[in-house]
Amino acid sequence: MAKERFDGRMFWEKDAETMSRAKIRQLQLERLKWTINRCYNNVPYYKDMLDKAGVTPDMIKTLDDIRRLPLTTKEELRKNYPFGLFASPKEDIVEIHTSSGTTGKPIVGGYTKNDLELWGNCMARLVVAAGARREDIAQISFGYGLFTGAFGLHYALQKVGCMVVPISSGNSERQIMIMEDFGTTVLVATPSYAVYLSELAKDMGVADKLKLRLGLFGSEMCTPEMRAQIEKNIGIIVTDNYGLTELGGCGVSGECEERQGLHINEDHFYPEIIDPDTGEVLPEGEEGELVITPLSKEAFPIFRYRTKDITRLYSNPCKCGRTLIRMDKVVGRTDDMLIIKGVNVFPSQIESVIFTMPHIGPHYQLVLRKERFMDSLEVQVELIDGSLLEQYSKLEALQHRIREKLRSVLGIDCGVTLVAPRTITRFEGKAKRIVDLRNS
Amino acid sequence: MSVKQISVFVENRAGSLLDITTRLAERNINIRAVSLADTTRFGILRLIVDKVDECEKALREDGFTVSITNVLVVRLRDEPGGLSDAVRVLTENGFNIDYIYAFISHAVNDACVIFRVGDIEFAEKILTENGFKLFSDDDIMKI
Repeated sequence: MAKERFDGRMFWEKDAETMSRAKIRQLQLERLKWTINRCYNNVPYYKDMLDKAGVTPDMIKTLDDIRRLPLTTKEELRKNYPFGLFASPKEDIVEIHTSSGTTGKPIVGGYTKNDLELWGNCMARLVVAAGARREDIAQISFGYGLFTGAFGLHYALQKVGCMVVPISSGNSERQIMIMEDFGTTVLVATPSYAVYLSELAKDMGVADKLKLRLGLFGSEMCTPEMRAQIEKNIGIIVTDNYGLTELGGCGVSGECEERQGLHINEDHFYPEIIDPDTGEVLPEGEEGELVITPLSKEAFPIFRYRTKDITRLYSNPCKCGRTLIRMDKVVGRTDDMLIIKGVNVFPSQIESVIFTMPHIGPHYQLVLRKERFMDSLEVQVELIDGSLLEQYSKLEALQHRIREKLRSVLGIDCGVTLVAPRTITRFEGKAKRIVDLRNS
Repeated sequence: MSVKQISVFVENRAGSLLDITTRLAERNINIRAVSLADTTRFGILRLIVDKVDECEKALREDGFTVSITNVLVVRLRDEPGGLSDAVRVLTENGFNIDYIYAFISHAVNDACVIFRVGDIEFAEKILTENGFKLFSDDDIMKI
């Protein structure tokens, strides 16, 4: 693969990022065949799975033939823990990463030298598209370790030629000191950690001295409203990128400077959107579950992996010049979708309302109950601003406004409860914001 | 000559009022007057205390949602018709009274009534012109 050196232009691999749709599809077909062959011939579990489905690699003649392949899920990966699905001999594998494994055994991803090179390039495309340049000083405040995020960004930013500061997460006062002393321009962090650092910088009285201009955020969802708040707090541009340990980590897709969706590195990842209930492939533009087939992985190939993330795809051209298909920011996950009174509700929708309302804090808790056989949703938010304490009617009006806004976004009615500040539990890792009492 | 009143948000949960009163007790803050209305979802605790600045600071540090409102504390004859006289003056001058609550002090023999009205400076002027005595923050600290 010919790689263009980065020299101040907007692309890392311009040819790949701007090729015609026909050429992309041609390349995808070739690589899909290669991947399915690799799965079939090198991974006994996949051979068995494909045999049972009555599919052989030579049946893949067009891209649409991908629909003949069965879907894969986290279950396949769990069953084959840790190395059962590797398609390369162990001696060719040079690096391992895993998911956080909050429930049970983690997902294990392996990389050959070529995989690492590919990963670095995919991520380099995303960081360049997001606006990172060789002159940047990039502070990586993701935790280094088995988690893919820190290394993925590290390899990419180093390829681009940035000065990489691999500080890892934690020790926040020191983070701010380094940021100020080194003149950090790019911050790599989770959105919530970035919010925390920005508040700390203010408390330490150095917020104005920082040279930050770009935030490359990932690993947890950042709603547009949360992003607006971060941008207001610390005056930086925030971009999102997307990936999963199961698919080789970050580097699947990311936002360009236009920030109109995340460009998928489509020559290496083939996306589909399915109906999560039936598994049926949906037409472009419809919202459903994202299914990805990596097309170039040596060590850890997989096909039609169900991400559980809900989004939609659109291939119309982007102003940035990239022809790569785009996905929306993930609106939710099939496993955190709530069904309330028969309506699908994602916590992210509720979050988007809460972030825009004055007088209340960003933390919330959702309580679901069954009252006389009917579902009810209570949204608890913290009242952080005392200015409405003048009159009961002002607080009641605030509750009413929040409730009306939620009703218009969710399509269902809910109760809103104001609680005192710092009473809603804070989470450092994955937040557990839902208390479902309907079956208790 | 208005007096600073502290309003604290109280959620509808067992122990939430105790949280606040415990803090005040620990900091040796004496409550002169208190009011908390009965509502289903949340309450606003209104307090007149001896050390208002210290009280506000302490509650904020402990993470309570707090605001300071100026109110009038009017001394009234502790006998039938005492409150009515003051309310009549305010009403005849077009005031809308948001809320009142009262206390009796051991230091003065009068009844003390806290009034929250819209245009507080004008209300103060009217009441003074009609011969009512009003407390200042200093008076509250001393009684």
